Amino acid sequence: MKKIEAIIQPFKLEDVKEALKNIGIDGMTVSEVRGHGRQKGHREVYRGQEYQVDLLPKVKLEMVVPDARLDEVVRCVVQAARTGKIGDGKIFVYEVAEAIRIRNEDRGDAAL
Amino acid sequence: MAQEPAEIHERLKSLEAAASAAQSAGDNAWMLVSAALVLLMTGPGLALFYGGLVRKKNVLGTMMQSFALMVLATVLWAIVGYSLAFAEGTPVVGGFQYLFLNGVGAAPNADYAAGIPHQTFMIFQLMFAIITPALISGAFAERMKFSAMLLFMTLWMLIVYYPMAHMVWGKGGLMNAFSGGALPCFDFAGGTVVHITSGVSALVCALYLGKRRGYPSESMKPHNLVLSFIGACLLWVGWFGFNAGSALGSSALATSAFVATHFGASAAALGWMLAEWIRTGKPSVLGAISGAVGGLVAITPASGFVKPMPALLIGFAAGVVCYFMVTSVKQKFGYDDSLDAFGVHGAGGTLGALLTGVFATNAVNDALKDAAGNPAPLGLVDGHWAQLFYQLAGSAIAWVLAAVGTLVILKICDALTGVRVNPDHEISGLDLSLHGEEAYNLES
Repeated sequence: MKKIEAIIQPFKLEDVKEALKNIGIDGMTVSEVRGHGRQKGHREVYRGQEYQVDLLPKVKLEMVVPDARLDEVVRCVVQAARTGKIGDGKIFVYEVAEAIRIRNEDRGDAAL
Repeated sequence: MAQEPAEIHERLKSLEAAASAAQSAGDNAWMLVSAALVLLMTGPGLALFYGGLVRKKNVLGTMMQSFALMVLATVLWAIVGYSLAFAEGTPVVGGFQYLFLNGVGAAPNADYAAGIPHQTFMIFQLMFAIITPALISGAFAERMKFSAMLLFMTLWMLIVYYPMAHMVWGKGGLMNAFSGGALPCFDFAGGTVVHITSGVSALVCALYLGKRRGYPSESMKPHNLVLSFIGACLLWVGWFGFNAGSALGSSALATSAFVATHFGASAAALGWMLAEWIRTGKPSVLGAISGAVGGLVAITPASGFVKPMPALLIGFAAGVVCYFMVTSVKQKFGYDDSLDAFGVHGAGGTLGALLTGVFATNAVNDALKDAAGNPAPLGLVDGHWAQLFYQLAGSAIAWVLAAVGTLVILKICDALTGVRVNPDHEISGLDLSLHGEEAYNLES
């Protein structure tokens, strides 16, 4: 099992969810986060007081998939989330040791 | 059939009485509405304007300061304040004739407003005594103890506001141009009494309390400019009661003050907006609404004395001057006037007081008569140069009284309660540490 962590532009969330649904992935966890990579922030001025805002709002999607589906899912997220501009985000992939469904204690791929 | 002369006389008398009662009813209606409008400036106007500008952990504490003054200033006014401000006394402060509002009832007080009940005049003036100290709270926002604030404000009303109101507006006051004051100043609705006193006191408070923890390195962005926007627009509407109500009747002078007020605010918003646009490249919403407030401040002393075109000029000048006060001057000197009470009210009020001496004209306000009973020349535009000196002197008195009075009061409060919240409370926010609640519980 692999965990896919995708940090994407907030306005791309609906596109990505839709694309994942079309390939049969409907389990995920979404959180609103802030951060930045190479994308520069912006300047805000309130009555002459300047603030450099470099932590920008992003959305983080987390999902765990069977090893066999990893490439397919990653490709799907990349295609749906890409605008081609700086700030599109990143995807990280992790090994997952175990998955357990709390309701009936299914384990492994069966729990996904 | 011919009527008896006596009968005609009777009918004329009753007609005159009816006409006077109708005029009085009209005046009283406008003055009661004006009083309500001026209260609207503090709550919710100023509370929203200031509340939106602070961080979200301090919004309730900030709003509470305005609200507390609505109630505290009212009780003080009823017991002793109205008397010290408006009863006959010395040129500097009123006497105790109206203590506990004794004798303040339905019968008009011809010294102030012959057409409305004395009680209407009293309640209208109270609303000014509420907003003036509330304006100061912008300077010590996010760091003053609530107990210290209540004590500070009580003493401030007694030592600064009542004497100042008496000097400028009270019968026999030192600066009351319409009551034979030795130093005749024109202050239609409170440029000196309200805005210079509050603005200068605000500066002293900001210097005495020191900067907020983390200022200016940490982000102290306004937490909700939508609240501030609504607040500023309510202030604008309320200001019609403030200025046009200061005509003390529903007269043509009230209309003139209404027009000047609106024109001043509009030109000032444009002035600030243009200055900011040229300087930083973007016309901000906060800038536009701050400019409008600055213009309302500056036009306040002038509103019942100037024509519409000078009102535009005064407003525009105030917009630009206040912009530079809160951006360049504040940053150069490094004081933390959190919500710019000094930059807007102190600077705008002083500018307005001085420009009133330039543009005041008896073509707008002919209440002041010369020895022959003709309307006296008022400002520079009427050829009365000396007025500029009087305006300058009046502003200086307001500056000194506010600065010295505030410093003394702060020393007293510091000794009795301490003025500043402790560092832990400041970090966790006034809402939680002083009031035990949070403004936004969106997940509950």
